[in-house]
Amino acid sequence: MIASMRALPAAWLAGGFLVALCAVAIGALVAQAAAPGAGAAIAGHLSDPTVWRAVRFTLWQAALSTLISVVLGIAVALALHEWRDNAVRRAILALFALPLALPQIVAVLGVVALYGERGWLTGAFGAAGIDLPTIYGLPGILIAHVFFNLPLAARIVFGALATIAPEYERLASQLGMGPVSRLRFVHWPLIRPAAASAASLVFMLCVTSFAVVLTLGGGPRATTLEVALYQALTFDFDVLRAVVLTFLQLAVTFAAVALLAGAGGSVEAGFSVAGERARRPMRADRRVWLVAVLLLPALAAVFVVGPFIAVTVGGLASDLAGLAGQAAVRDAAATSLTLGASAALLALMLAFALCSGVTVLAGRRRFHGAASLTEQALAQAPSLILVVPPIVISAGWFIALRLVSDVYAAAPYMVVAVNAAMAMPFAARMLLPAMLASAERHGRLCAHLGISGRARWRLVTWPVLRAPLIAALAFAFALSLGDLGVIALFGSNEVQTLPYLILQTMGSYRTQDAAGLALILTAMTMTSMLAAEHFARRRGDRGSRRR
Amino acid sequence: MKADDDRGVICEDLGFAYGTGAGATRMRFDCAFASAAITAVMGPSGSGKSTLISLIAGFERPLSGRVRIGGRDVTSLAPANRPVSCVFQENNLFAHLDVRTNVGLGISPRMRLDARDRARLSEALTRVGLAGYEARRPGELSGGERQRVALARALVRACPVLILDEAFGSLGPALRLSMLDLVADLHRSTAMTVIMVTHEPEDARRIARDVVFLAEGAVHAQGPLGNVLEMDDNGVVRAYLGRHQGRS
Repeated sequence: MIASMRALPAAWLAGGFLVALCAVAIGALVAQAAAPGAGAAIAGHLSDPTVWRAVRFTLWQAALSTLISVVLGIAVALALHEWRDNAVRRAILALFALPLALPQIVAVLGVVALYGERGWLTGAFGAAGIDLPTIYGLPGILIAHVFFNLPLAARIVFGALATIAPEYERLASQLGMGPVSRLRFVHWPLIRPAAASAASLVFMLCVTSFAVVLTLGGGPRATTLEVALYQALTFDFDVLRAVVLTFLQLAVTFAAVALLAGAGGSVEAGFSVAGERARRPMRADRRVWLVAVLLLPALAAVFVVGPFIAVTVGGLASDLAGLAGQAAVRDAAATSLTLGASAALLALMLAFALCSGVTVLAGRRRFHGAASLTEQALAQAPSLILVVPPIVISAGWFIALRLVSDVYAAAPYMVVAVNAAMAMPFAARMLLPAMLASAERHGRLCAHLGISGRARWRLVTWPVLRAPLIAALAFAFALSLGDLGVIALFGSNEVQTLPYLILQTMGSYRTQDAAGLALILTAMTMTSMLAAEHFARRRGDRGSRRR
Repeated sequence: MKADDDRGVICEDLGFAYGTGAGATRMRFDCAFASAAITAVMGPSGSGKSTLISLIAGFERPLSGRVRIGGRDVTSLAPANRPVSCVFQENNLFAHLDVRTNVGLGISPRMRLDARDRARLSEALTRVGLAGYEARRPGELSGGERQRVALARALVRACPVLILDEAFGSLGPALRLSMLDLVADLHRSTAMTVIMVTHEPEDARRIARDVVFLAEGAVHAQGPLGNVLEMDDNGVVRAYLGRHQGRS
């Protein structure tokens, strides 16, 4: 087939792009570390207790965030699973998809508006005589991380629950299993892999969380490696310190991936955006349990919806018209849209090329055995970005580019390239199942009828892949729009995106303006994310299900 | 078996609907399953066989009407509180649990088994021809063996009503017939009321006494097997049976 002959080189090109992106960054870091005279400075940084404090805090906050998010996420998913499939449950599941689309910096503003010193909740509790502790430091980081990851964990586990055979639920109710028996004998054994995946994913997201710690972390006591690295490059301009911190971050990420893979979780398994619809089982449970089942998802929904409301109310109270009139705001919005769209397109092309390669290779081995090393390499390529986090890539390129040109002039290219690489695992995760299924279902038929090339694309590929392609594009766009990691290093007065502008505005204590900008940015990412959800679900509904 | 022990199942004008409004599929069932008899439930796909079973077992609640088992109104009872055991076509066993646990959950849903319970468990496995299979996992068993384990669980539960929802539908012909004979054998010794959903008139003829024939979400005919399968005169049953008609 002609298509398959073109698919492989394209896949290698896409994989090569990712590898080069990481390799140049790491190469630059190694070159710095190996430069004459660097050794003493590096040893100095390695014996600096603040560096090791950052290592400990990185792991500690990530472990705590993961524990809280996943335990609560499992509980909420189990409770939701007991609900009937009604509009409220669908609304809660849809709501749980939204935090993923909310830019971190915006979520931080929402969290501060609720739990901060002058926050609504703090005020309400204060009026009742209860003083909430300050959120700057670990508490704020945990609240923000749980806000993002509890819904994510709940959706992953709920997805696993939704695939449980309906007979199992019927048997459990016929045999009179109570909540504990059900969990022990039926649900837990079946959701354990999903729970492990959720834990791996959440831990990885928290170990590499940047914007939340940058804005909510309180000084050296609550600083992660990524934030320390950012500060070393932008404020202290201590390149060797940055090199040391980057390698430590790499080691931590790598160890986390290895550890969690060993524990049976897989990081990529968590990447899915659409929620499943499950049948409702019937039970005869005690009232206490029924109340918990009703209350738990409701409380989680309130917790998740809180920051959204705070951001909306805060944004509407700001001078939106005035903001829209500012040239800086309009420029930043235009830059965000341009860079986000470019990154999304690039991510989609990379993901499509890689997935095509995997599909071709998978098709070739249909009759003989295991996936080849080549196929595995292509399939795993998107995960590279998880081991080498965006901030590490940015730091490496920042250091490398500094030697050859104006770093800040490279900002647009860096933002597009790194954001595309970030969005790619998600895009690939959305595309690959559809592409594999389509090849499996239609491959032989097309070969038989001689449909190939453009005709095949028009008649077979595009109708099947349209929905996941658009969903992946919209998701990548939303992700890129909200990213702060790359632009925080490369941003300048010349090149500003909306998240960068919000960070600047917060830094100069223009809270009202920050709230307004946050609302504008949220409107943009949400529109895109809802489109992604819409198209992702259309794909899911196509297969009919027996009653 | 005590002669006055009523184990019959009566569905009194059960109303049910999938979906709402004009597009809803409405169903209505009015039928009886004689105490301690084997009754086949037959009918075309979509005629409501699974729905009727779900209503009797309590997996679904009717919009109107009553379900009586042994003279007792069970309409508002949860599945666990109804004297019914089910064997489905597939997924009868929790694949991650061994045979002992799968059957033992029928005795105690929290797996609190004493020595007597364990003896009963082994005895039930012997009865279905799987003596010594306690430690096996469902994945190591053949399709027929898995259904035997499900029957063993129904035995230890000792409920008066056993529902077979196309339980042997995916087995080969010889295996299916031997499973039917096992059911007939268990039925003789326990006097359960057996309700058997099947697509195969042959299955019904082999062990069932009565038949309830469904069409388009309602009971089309019911009564002794011969009467319903052979003497239908408006064509619905004949159309369903097709070439099977007349064979016995």
